[in-house]
Amino acid sequence: MRLDYPPNVKIVRVPCTGKVDLLHILKAFEEGVDGVYVAGCLEGECHFLRGNLRAKKRVMHVKRILTALGINPERLQMYNLSAAMGGRFAEIAQEMTEKVRALGPSPIKTGKGREFVEGQGEEKGQ
Amino acid sequence: MIVAEAKPIADIVAMIDRYDKIILAGCKACVAVCAAGGEKEVGILASAITLARKRDGRAIEIREVTLERQCDPEYVEQIRGFAGDYQAILSIACGVGVQYMAEHYKAIPALPGLNTSFMGGSLEQGVWSERCQGCGTCILHLTGGICPVTRCSKSLFNGPCGGSSGGKCEVDKEIECGWQLIIDRLKALGEFESRFAEIFPLKDWSTSRDGGQRKIVREDLKQ
Amino acid sequence: MKTGSRLEKVLEKGVFAVTSECGPPRGADPDVIREKGKLLEGVVDAANITDCQTSMVRMSSLASCLILKEMGFDPILQMVTRDRNRIAIQSDILGAAALGINNILCLSGDHQRFGDHPQAKNVYDIDSIQLIMTVKKMRDEGKFLNDQELTKAPQLFIGAAANPFADPFEIRALRLAKKVAAGAEFIQTQCIFNLERFAEWMRQVVDMGLHERVAILAGVTPLKSAGMGKYMKNLVPGMDVPEAVIERLKGVPKEKQGAEGIKICIETILRLREIQGVRGVHIMAIEWEEKVREIAEGAGLLPRPKV
Repeated sequence: MRLDYPPNVKIVRVPCTGKVDLLHILKAFEEGVDGVYVAGCLEGECHFLRGNLRAKKRVMHVKRILTALGINPERLQMYNLSAAMGGRFAEIAQEMTEKVRALGPSPIKTGKGREFVEGQGEEKGQ
Repeated sequence: MIVAEAKPIADIVAMIDRYDKIILAGCKACVAVCAAGGEKEVGILASAITLARKRDGRAIEIREVTLERQCDPEYVEQIRGFAGDYQAILSIACGVGVQYMAEHYKAIPALPGLNTSFMGGSLEQGVWSERCQGCGTCILHLTGGICPVTRCSKSLFNGPCGGSSGGKCEVDKEIECGWQLIIDRLKALGEFESRFAEIFPLKDWSTSRDGGQRKIVREDLKQ
Repeated sequence: MKTGSRLEKVLEKGVFAVTSECGPPRGADPDVIREKGKLLEGVVDAANITDCQTSMVRMSSLASCLILKEMGFDPILQMVTRDRNRIAIQSDILGAAALGINNILCLSGDHQRFGDHPQAKNVYDIDSIQLIMTVKKMRDEGKFLNDQELTKAPQLFIGAAANPFADPFEIRALRLAKKVAAGAEFIQTQCIFNLERFAEWMRQVVDMGLHERVAILAGVTPLKSAGMGKYMKNLVPGMDVPEAVIERLKGVPKEKQGAEGIKICIETILRLREIQGVRGVHIMAIEWEEKVREIAEGAGLLPRPKV
């Protein structure tokens, strides 16, 4: 469709989001990425039946780990769309980029400590 | 299997705060089956700890290793070659494994990454339930294969108590009344009349944890 | 007559017995027991002291029994197996007997999860039926559980609890049979609101001939309000409060519900007296001990006979 989407999005292709492991997401954050999103098929339309539902649960689990570590869980998101939704794909890339930019660089990169305390929202001045 | 659960990540990070070089040792037996301390969990925990350190601008070197078991000296010895290079062993085996590490590697601390809970089995993927408390004197043949020590919240031998309601325990509606289960099973087996009327004699708890640390010896197998 | 128990005498004489209970204080003040005792003077043949009921820490049943005894009551020591092992149990049985306490009610006890110290380790070394056996062995054989002779046998009248409203219903009479076989001599039941279900249980009990081997005291509790009725119906395990009872209370203005509750209680006692095998009543007026006299009077149970 030749739509534009932000250049900072690096795409990792998998045959189904059910293939995405907790460790893939954690390692990405370890390497210093500022945000991760998992884009899977619309719920109920997974070609492999329930792969995207498994991905959703794994994303939730990593969000809990991030929260416990004081890293803002908003840096990780799950999205659902079909292969035909090119416009939505670009939209998501834009949306996620803006969200993560607003959160600032990952504390893994800055090494400045917790950016997030559970139940208290973001800590300021980090 | 022995069923355990990961300690909260914040607690583990605090436990290893003073160390920069640790061994993270998993186990391929019980804790792998209940998804708490197997090879996969070693990878995830190592990554989570690394994230916590990097977040604070600190470093950590984690040697990831997953042993066959941590309850046999032969397997625990397998890290002898490099254990001396590290400051602590964070073991995500059950409590037995952590203690074996402590006994074999006396110079460095052995730390528990799990809370070891009970002996049980899986009900479905991701759900494990307690079935045995190791009382040392098994009477399952007298109660239709259902354990009153474990499944009855009060470990009654002449149950059910007056709090059994709709097949559920008074303590928690999620818990089935152990004695309801036993009665149903005895009836299905045609053993109700013969077994239920009998008063169960007092339990000898000396073979349970009450008697102190236990040991079993097979003379025919000892070297 | 096996013991010095007044309750045993009353029952032996074929008199319809009356018992009630006192909940000890959550503090060290003996006067609380004395006040509650005063409300029951001349109203009961014997009075229970509960044993850390619902696992809330209270003054010990044994100590409270002694206070009641000093006032002239025949106390019933309630003992649960939740908190003490067989060593402490046998010891307390000897202690109770030595202090002249003549009755014991043997219970397993509410699980500690209900109480104010849910982190406590529970004991449950033995269960209620095994506790009944223990008292009987000490009293009638003069032996400890390990078969060694004790030096002076404790003379205690042995009681147990029964709950006709717990599940499974079809084994409740059988469980009573086990308690009787173990040595229970009197029974106090859970409080009764569903008379049909209770009558059905009693039919089974009478069919088994148990009513002749054990004295059954039917439990009753006055409801203070429709709210209390709803609470007990929904949140107290093993309790059966029919909707009709709650509706009856709701049909009366709030300030009159207490009086209606007492009326229901009295009517219940009168109906229970008609049921074969019921040899007495156990009035549990939780935190409403001052109404026990009114209830007993209204049911024609006063004055109590001199035995």
